[in-house]
Amino acid sequence: MIPLEGHVRIPSGCAVSAMISRDGKRMNGESIIQSMIPMHDRSNGLGGGFAAYGIYPEYKDFYALHIFFNNRSAQAECMALLKEYFEIVQDEHIKVRKMPQITDEPIIRRVFVSPMQSVLRHLQIDEKELVVRVVNRINAEPVGSYVFSCGKNMGAFKAVGFPEDVGRYYRLEEYEAYCWTAHGRYPTNTPGWWGGAHPFCLLDYSIVHNGEISSYDANRRFIEMYGYKCTLQTDTEVITYIADYLLRRQGLSLDEMASVIAAPFWSTIEGKSEADKEKYTYLRTVFPSLLVTGPFSIILGFDGGLMALNDRLKLRSMVVGEQNDMVYIASEEAAIRVMAPDIQNIWSPAGGEPVIVRVKEGAF
Amino acid sequence: MNFYPEFEVVRNDSRCIRCRVCERQCANEVHWYDEDGKVMLSDESKCVNCQRCVTLCPTRALKIVKSDCRLRENANYSDQTIKEIYRQAETGGVLLSSMGNPNPLPVYWDRILINASQVTNPPIDPLREPMETRVFLGKKPDHITRNADGSLDTKLAPQLSLSMPVMFSAMSYGSISYNAHASLARAASALGIYYNTGEGGLHEDFYKYGKNTIVQVASGRFGVHKDYLEAGAAIEIKMGQGAKPGIGGHLPGTKAVGDVSKTRMIPEGSDAISPAPHHDIYSIEDLRQLVFSLKEATDYRLPVIVKVAAVHNIAAIASGIARSGADIIAIDGFRGGTGAAPTRIRDNVGIPIELALAAVDKRLRDEGIRNNVSIICGGSVRSAADVVKAIALGADACYIATAACLAMGCHLCRSCHTGKCNWGIATQRPDLVKRLNPDIGSQRLINLMDAWRHEIKELMGGMGINSIEALRGNRLMLRGVGLTEKELEILGISHAGE
Ligand code: SF4
Ligand code: SF4
Repeated sequence: MIPLEGHVRIPSGCAVSAMISRDGKRMNGESIIQSMIPMHDRSNGLGGGFAAYGIYPEYKDFYALHIFFNNRSAQAECMALLKEYFEIVQDEHIKVRKMPQITDEPIIRRVFVSPMQSVLRHLQIDEKELVVRVVNRINAEPVGSYVFSCGKNMGAFKAVGFPEDVGRYYRLEEYEAYCWTAHGRYPTNTPGWWGGAHPFCLLDYSIVHNGEISSYDANRRFIEMYGYKCTLQTDTEVITYIADYLLRRQGLSLDEMASVIAAPFWSTIEGKSEADKEKYTYLRTVFPSLLVTGPFSIILGFDGGLMALNDRLKLRSMVVGEQNDMVYIASEEAAIRVMAPDIQNIWSPAGGEPVIVRVKEGAF
Repeated sequence: MNFYPEFEVVRNDSRCIRCRVCERQCANEVHWYDEDGKVMLSDESKCVNCQRCVTLCPTRALKIVKSDCRLRENANYSDQTIKEIYRQAETGGVLLSSMGNPNPLPVYWDRILINASQVTNPPIDPLREPMETRVFLGKKPDHITRNADGSLDTKLAPQLSLSMPVMFSAMSYGSISYNAHASLARAASALGIYYNTGEGGLHEDFYKYGKNTIVQVASGRFGVHKDYLEAGAAIEIKMGQGAKPGIGGHLPGTKAVGDVSKTRMIPEGSDAISPAPHHDIYSIEDLRQLVFSLKEATDYRLPVIVKVAAVHNIAAIASGIARSGADIIAIDGFRGGTGAAPTRIRDNVGIPIELALAAVDKRLRDEGIRNNVSIICGGSVRSAADVVKAIALGADACYIATAACLAMGCHLCRSCHTGKCNWGIATQRPDLVKRLNPDIGSQRLINLMDAWRHEIKELMGGMGINSIEALRGNRLMLRGVGLTEKELEILGISHAGE
């Protein structure tokens, strides 16, 4: 029997792509779908997905849960659990376009929820922590429900298939987002499982990633000390948890987080100013187990921006393009040229050097 | 009772030029020159097979071989078992041994294999890319804090910074010689790592290596005073030792001479036997008090290490220590060396370091307190591969002592307790001590560590890892061979092929 996702660790190669408007202009999903086409060969049809920010303005105060259910009973069980902690504001089908390329679909729902104040008071935690705990609980239990997106005013869309087909399937041309990220997956072995496609999301963080990290188990065993459960055994999952831990729970800035997971070499730190030396040495001393090694290029989406980061040796390709208020990021330049044919300004960021793009204050 | 000696001295008389080097070199007085017959003779019953004469004989006229005159074969009562009974029947004494447990018990390091990258991610070439081996040992904060201006508050609990995750483990001045200590201290300084004074105090000549010294406080408190505590970069409380869990240190009186007795602050020639427990530590809360009194005495400038022997309940013990205020836990496995220990204890008490380390690392993670402490693993770490396996199982760094002694010339004859080490290491006899030249001893230690660092980097590079931090606790990089389900479960690794 071929083992299921989560039972074994499956290395995979990938394609990533992203576009963001610094002015907070909202764009439909057409362009980002197109960008994945020239990178078709970087995926093998076993997973594709997208994350979109700013797509639910009318529900922006509620957590948008995107959920796969294996069957009706799983759905009933999961909804009952959700009702213990949340008010259900809206519970609807995610509209899809039936197509021969996408098969074996689970039940796909979108549920807008609002945490119950009484629960928060009782558990003495904030609402984000509640969402994280409930989602982790649902996903860790093998009852056939899988929450694949749980942020506010954002959502992930993913499936087993090639990314361009997945985009069409979810009718992404009907969504308007100020920031899109996309992912095509090339797992080396796995029966396709929808939850295993990327992006991987937690709250408003979404990660698309290309690479195979060699630090995986060191990172996993560290982060699991803090209540995270790496059930999928994928790099993307553990990187998302690291981002959540460092940004939300430790309160690091994006730059600081980048210098933890793609820490500058000691030899580089030696050459920095005293203040920087102190800062980088501190971060490497305090979070050594969150250093990520091996090839990766990741795009971390969050509320109001994104960050792209390569491993410190730059063992995976990643290019960035800029035109007016738009920033494009992709595994290959060809993908950027599809999104912005007459773009001039394209460069390849150095390994370990984060590219942080923020939407103008108040524009989203 | 007289036995045929364990070893035979085989001398090729046609090669022997009667230079009498062997006679002068052998502290056990095995060789002598017979004026009448103009031949070299030997009393093999005194030979410990330290290979000193073999190594120095200019004509390769000598070899020492295991004697084949044995008692009748018996798989249950071995030759050694029977002879030990005879010896005890004669003397009524406890048997003494030295160095680590030599018995054929499982060596888990040898049943663990390391991963390498192929296709899906690239190996990294340490000759062409930076490859980092620096580690910091000490307590890490649970939460970062910020200054008023929003910058990171970079104050940390005291940390030890190591250029590579290997240090020289505790060997007291007394159990080993002045020159051996000088070699270790100088090598540690040159390498940017640490050596450990052991429980015999610190000779005043070595205070200058304080930045690279860990000072030990054991149950005997030999040589402990305020200046001593302040001299080092860290303080280690020795609760136990892998070679002899449950009992204290033992320095035979023959070695407590001259500066050794002065440094230990004990009378010359007296046996220095540390009590089995620290008499101020009968439970975990007492340990906490000692940890904090040592910190108090040194203004909280120095990390405190608590060293324990790997015993059955090691995971729970380590968890207690991690909550005691200690910054670092050193775990010493049952194959660890010693200058002198009761044979029965050395050979039968304690558990393998590999299992102890895996269990401790897991327990501390399960309890979410792995960050409270760093873990040092000792007790027979023999090579760079053992270091890599230890780090991947979860250690922050390793302690080596036997390997360090070997680098200085030790031939593992296991007779340190006699005080007549022909290699100038485990002895206090001035004529023997001077055989170990600290210039050469320290250089050989530096060479060994340089070699290991290169090997560690190559192994890491093969795994696609370019910093030792990413290897720590990375058990996915290990596979077991020929291990039972239970052993794999405790080690937290999969079997090869899985
Ligand atoms: S050292 Fe060798 S050559 Fe010299 S006396 Fe001894 S056996 Fe003979
Ligand atoms: S230190 Fe000396 S006495 Fe001890 S085992 Fe090594 S060579 Fe023999």
